Amino acid sequence: MAEISTENNNGIHFITVNGEIDAGSSIYLDNALKEAMDNGEKKIVADLSGLDYISSAGLGVFISHLDEFKLQNIELALFGINDTVKQVFDILGLEKLLTIENTKEEAIKSLDE
Amino acid sequence: MSNKLTIGCNKEELVKIRQFTSDMLDEHKVPDLQAHKLVLAVDEVCANLIIHANDCNPKSRIEFNIDFKPKQIVFTFKDRGTGFDINEYESPSMEELISTRRQGGLGLMLVKRIMDKIEFSTEKNHNICRLIKMYP
Repeated sequence: MAEISTENNNGIHFITVNGEIDAGSSIYLDNALKEAMDNGEKKIVADLSGLDYISSAGLGVFISHLDEFKLQNIELALFGINDTVKQVFDILGLEKLLTIENTKEEAIKSLDE
Repeated sequence: MSNKLTIGCNKEELVKIRQFTSDMLDEHKVPDLQAHKLVLAVDEVCANLIIHANDCNPKSRIEFNIDFKPKQIVFTFKDRGTGFDINEYESPSMEELISTRRQGGLGLMLVKRIMDKIEFSTEKNHNICRLIKMYP
């Protein structure tokens, strides 16, 4: 099961993802990102510290929005990914395409650079 | 613990197959990081069979089992859906996925990178897909 919550703070849209994102639950992550875009958010930080599992369906959600994010000058940073989940990003080389930081502070800082 | 599990073709069943695989790998002392990757590959193939080969029809069944052999682990899926040989599938490039904004396409890329060998065959009305991982 996946639990997703969102919060706006100091001009940054935070998306917190807990649990497991698979082919059945990736739609919730997709909806959260689409909603952020629809609301005109320009800085998005995803807290993945409570994410226990992600399959290609979840990774595909991030990848599928990259082009639109670039077009709309939307910045996205992820943080808090545990080692087991991180290796899934690494297998596909996603660390080169996504901004992945260790801590919330680093993720916020990366948006200002 | 039985090494066999049968599930219906419903995406909610993916949790079951992940838990089952994880428990079996744990029982056979497969290290956590390695186990996580194997669970992922099983989940990806199973999601593919549920969604594409069986159109999410909950009445269709997938039989799954895991064999721990001396030098390898073999994960076998048996179903009656539309046959699909992963070996013949050419994964799209990452650039292509980004520019076409597609969400699918990464799963089988992961399976190919995680597993050492993938076999596909059709016997009578069944499709059989085997994922093979050699012990390090």
